[in-house]
Amino acid sequence: MSGRVTSSPPGPLEYLRRWPIRAWLAAVVIYLYAPLVTLMVFSFNTSKRNIVWRGFTLDWYRAAFQDSDLIVAFGNSLTIAAVSTLISVALGALTAMLLWRFRFPGKPALEGALGLPIVVPEICMGVAMLVFFTQIMPWPTDLIWPLNLGAIIISHISFSFSFVAIVIRGRLASFNRELEEAAKDLGAGEWRIFWDVIVPHMRPGLLAGALLAFTLSLDDFVITFFTSGPDTTTFPVKVYSMVRFSVTPEVNAASTILIVLTVALTALALRVSGGAVATLEAGEGL
Amino acid sequence: MDESWRKAKGVFAALATPPVFWLAAFFLIPLAVIWGYSFGENKSLTEIAVNGTFSNYVHAIKPLYLGIILKSFWFALLTTVLCLMVGFPVAIAITFASEKAKAWLLLLIMLPFWTNLLIRTYALMAVLRTEGYINFTLAFLWNGLGDLTALFGHPLAPFVPLQLLHNNFAVVFGLVYVQLPFMVLPLYAALDRLDRSLLEASLDLGAGHLTTFRRVVIPLAMPGIVSGVLVTLIPSIGAYLTPDLLGGPSSQMIANVIERQFKTANDWPFGAALSFLLMYMTFLAIAVQAIVSRGRRERDR
Repeated sequence: MSGRVTSSPPGPLEYLRRWPIRAWLAAVVIYLYAPLVTLMVFSFNTSKRNIVWRGFTLDWYRAAFQDSDLIVAFGNSLTIAAVSTLISVALGALTAMLLWRFRFPGKPALEGALGLPIVVPEICMGVAMLVFFTQIMPWPTDLIWPLNLGAIIISHISFSFSFVAIVIRGRLASFNRELEEAAKDLGAGEWRIFWDVIVPHMRPGLLAGALLAFTLSLDDFVITFFTSGPDTTTFPVKVYSMVRFSVTPEVNAASTILIVLTVALTALALRVSGGAVATLEAGEGL
Repeated sequence: MDESWRKAKGVFAALATPPVFWLAAFFLIPLAVIWGYSFGENKSLTEIAVNGTFSNYVHAIKPLYLGIILKSFWFALLTTVLCLMVGFPVAIAITFASEKAKAWLLLLIMLPFWTNLLIRTYALMAVLRTEGYINFTLAFLWNGLGDLTALFGHPLAPFVPLQLLHNNFAVVFGLVYVQLPFMVLPLYAALDRLDRSLLEASLDLGAGHLTTFRRVVIPLAMPGIVSGVLVTLIPSIGAYLTPDLLGGPSSQMIANVIERQFKTANDWPFGAALSFLLMYMTFLAIAVQAIVSRGRRERDR
């Protein structure tokens, strides 16, 4: 991995400089990357059969952009992600401040309940949302555009605001309470302290939480699959219905766009939070 | 830090009401409804009577469904073991890399994992299908070999593509592909905290690398191994997309059965019972992990 000239034999603990470990690492990286790289490369291939490289083309991207269903689905996905991010961040920030500031009866129970959306299997949450939005609170199907996405947006907020709360709570832990006391001594009220002292400190956490919520929403398939109707498909749901039939370069092109978008967003999130988001997303299943 | 809620009731209420309301209305109530349905039965096409019957749970442990539950568990276990075996050397390589290489290697392992699960699964379909890259490469090699043997008068039989997709192999292959980063990260976190002088002491005192690994590294990294196992096992048991797209008719897992009850078979009470069985399995796994790690902490004290 390092470009150093390895003149000395590897030290006892320099495992990365031993060839079996290197070979293993290389094999794992190939395993992880080869499918994705071939997917992206073959989105530029002229051959429909998609297996031999024939020549470079942007036709599949053109086809993807002319597929109005796909574009609508993509617009839906971005809208859902934007709205659910906004509300998730607000709810997450409130939750984080609540747990950070107060001691109250039922706090462990609330913390446990907030952990639930993170541990409950997606399929269970999906069917629960399906039943909820058909039996308990039927979501009207004939609403105008952004409103008909309401059921999906609500479900996305339910699974992402716990993650956001964790990110913001982590940020708040580093807050110096003396700043708050100083503000109080100088005559600031609750509201003023909140806006001028606490929110500026929370800002990196808010931003990291927002990007996390956005990618979680954009990525979700299972829960959306159960809450979307015929008129409210999202990008992953649409791609799923295309994938069911066959492997086509058009799907490759659409997938490549989404890969580039999420990787760019995550890179941004990493920049902002300095790695906190990465570890949290990895702990998604916990 | 901890202010009693009584000191600032107004602020407390303002902070608590929206998230508690949201969690209750749009998360706990939907789950509670499913839980209720799991004790009900279909009266007509749209009507479900919750009458406290256990028949759905009895139905769920009939051999057919019990078999699927056990198979899900078995697939998840196999996935976890494979991820552990594949991921451990990777975690070791990252741990003992230089600071700069460490950051890049972590990014390298995490990057595929940020891409959409559906797209990663789709990418595997393109690799594994009969006209996919693996079979294409094999056919190329086979035909090359055939040309060679034909020179000596023994042409080979035409290449028959391997059936790599739509079977149990594909499901486990896909689950390992999807879950591997989940395993590497906690392993790395545990190994990174490990006191290196202990490893050096073991090596200095004459133990080989394998003995050191078995007797020193594994016991010290146990908390990381346990949490890695958990974060791999739990999502694997409830996996839906991987068996759906990569599996065949006989490799359906519990999540696929649940989906069918709700989307096509229209037996919601039974699907609800299966969902809760899946959830109980998840909670059980978390509880076991909590007990194991508590036991370790007390022993260490």
